[in-house]
Amino acid sequence: MNKALAILLYFFSLACAASEAGQRLESAPVDIFDLESVRRGAGYFANYCLGCHGIKQMRYSRIGGDLKLNEETMRAEFLFGDAKLHDYVRTAMPPKDAEAAFGVVPPDLSLIVRARGADWIYGYLKSFYVDPTRPFGVNNVLAKNVAMPNVLWDLQGAQEPIIKTVEGTPTAVGVRLTSPGKLTPQEFDRTVADIVTFLAYVAEPAKLQRLPLGKYVLVFLLVLTVILYKLKKEYWKDID
Amino acid sequence: MATGKARKFMSWLDERFPASKFLDNQLLKYYAPKNFNFLYFFGSLAGLVLVNQILTGIFLAMHYKPAAELAFDSVEYIMRDVDWGWLLRYLHSTGASLFFIVIYLHMFRALFYGSFKKPRELIWLFGMVIFVLLMAEAFMGYLLPWGQMSYWGAQVIISLFGAIPVIGEDLALWIRGDYVVADATLNRFFALHVVGLPLAIVALVVFHLTALRTVGSNNPDGIEIKAHKNEQGIPVDGIPFHPYYTVKDLYIAGIFLAIFAFIVFYTPEMGGLFLEHPNFDPADPMKTPEHIQPVWYFTPFYTILRAIPSKLGGVLAMGAAIALLFFLPWLDRCPVKSIRYRSGVFKVALALFVVSFFVLGILGTKPVTTTTTVLARVSASIYFGFLLLLPIFSARERTKPVPERLTEPVIPLAKREGRHWRLIERGIHAVKASEPYRRTEAKLHQQIERLKNFGYK
Repeated sequence: MNKALAILLYFFSLACAASEAGQRLESAPVDIFDLESVRRGAGYFANYCLGCHGIKQMRYSRIGGDLKLNEETMRAEFLFGDAKLHDYVRTAMPPKDAEAAFGVVPPDLSLIVRARGADWIYGYLKSFYVDPTRPFGVNNVLAKNVAMPNVLWDLQGAQEPIIKTVEGTPTAVGVRLTSPGKLTPQEFDRTVADIVTFLAYVAEPAKLQRLPLGKYVLVFLLVLTVILYKLKKEYWKDID
Repeated sequence: MATGKARKFMSWLDERFPASKFLDNQLLKYYAPKNFNFLYFFGSLAGLVLVNQILTGIFLAMHYKPAAELAFDSVEYIMRDVDWGWLLRYLHSTGASLFFIVIYLHMFRALFYGSFKKPRELIWLFGMVIFVLLMAEAFMGYLLPWGQMSYWGAQVIISLFGAIPVIGEDLALWIRGDYVVADATLNRFFALHVVGLPLAIVALVVFHLTALRTVGSNNPDGIEIKAHKNEQGIPVDGIPFHPYYTVKDLYIAGIFLAIFAFIVFYTPEMGGLFLEHPNFDPADPMKTPEHIQPVWYFTPFYTILRAIPSKLGGVLAMGAAIALLFFLPWLDRCPVKSIRYRSGVFKVALALFVVSFFVLGILGTKPVTTTTTVLARVSASIYFGFLLLLPIFSARERTKPVPERLTEPVIPLAKREGRHWRLIERGIHAVKASEPYRRTEAKLHQQIERLKNFGYK
């Protein structure tokens, strides 16, 4: 039995090592409990993303409640047009117009962090480079020929690709800054991290409840287990 | 039944309903072997998970919408707008994975101690039917969130029926109710998932337990405790299930629930194993995901399917991998039940079988390459080799003498035979003698003493 277990663990470690061998992504500095960061991210999202992407699984009121923003702030900063406080956060752009402009309907971002991972989104938003052959003049290292324009370009500045030959074809493997934007690279990274943090919160708002509650549930169950163990000991003392 | 009133009520009840008789048969006068070890907990834990699935399932069904247009959003509605909906959903999704962990360990126990052998063949057969129903239940439940993996997983698995000659395509069409997985499929899977299959599973569990109560539990020594009875006709090595095993199972349930809660609260996705990442993208019939893979508990069988080059061959092999397990009581011809008294050949063969099952499982989560195909074929050969060669080598095994009465739940290291046990013994001895171990032990002891006296001084 023990031998089997050892072999098994060995295979498991091999499997883990193999899965890590793929493309390395920079770890995104995301902490959804940093409400300041989530709030900043919500602001950037409303200004830069919401025009095309909805987060239709979220209500404005839920965001306001979780981020501890009062109704006036929500109305002033987030509620555009005739949106009401308990509405779901949808984009104003009709899907038909979006398809005419981009060729595809921009995806809803409610669960994008759970589907792709925060690191990927973080890397993706930072990996746009100038490519005159594309309709919006930019391409992306992580998502080749993506239809999305670089909406953050005035903050980031322009980037050019680092081309390497991979398996015989020249491929963009990285980017370098060619002309600076309004923000320094550090400030820009922080901005992108805030957006990703907000999207991570949006992907699972229950996490704000789930993680703090866990320790109480575990302590309760462990205390209960100790009591049940004592009970078992008491009953079993006359066996054997 | 201490007070007069309670006794009166019981006799009133017993004249109309066999309550006392039922309790006696199931718990109070059901004598179980006294040396159950940790491998014997998984039956009652499976029962606990079944109750969890039914209870959380009822509440999820109150908010879920089984329609292609609404299903995905209704799951997110449960996760966000329903009070404690996220907890219900994670309890249900984590419960599904833990159900299979518990069931696989429960089945392994049967292999380990020969629990399916005469007179317990029916218990095994009922159990195998539960296992197959459970796989159907899990498969249909997995379609309900209507994510990309739900959709394409169902598409792939249902299309397998198309490989059956002559009737295949019509059968697949009949199962789907449409030419592709669609609203009709979702609707019927929902009906089967919440009504049809759970009813069948509960009925089979009743049969499983009734058969068990009739023949009595096996034990780590694989001997019949009914062979030695006292004057009252009670097995001398048996103890009443209640209170002894009810309190023991309760305490184990505490540990199990703590592990369960840890997963639910801290890592419900289990790194993409329990909830797969692509399933957070809504189902899109126009976009096939890069890798389609079933959830982890199906991957061993999925790898067997992929290991065979022809589609029909793969389907047959996958079916055979499960069907052969039904015949275990007749494939294993060794009269000795417990692994404790069986030959080294069987021990090595069983170890290889278990390892091959794990390798098949891991390979099922990886994309196919030439290396994985070779590994998959080797592992599948070991899997089938064990089951098919079992009748040959189990009939001529050199077994050890079986004791008359029960021994320890776990054999102490010193009593075990074999060079590897001596090696492990020496290793443990060396660790225990080392300075860091002693220091940690002393410190731990100090802390425990302090905790014991906490509040008294």
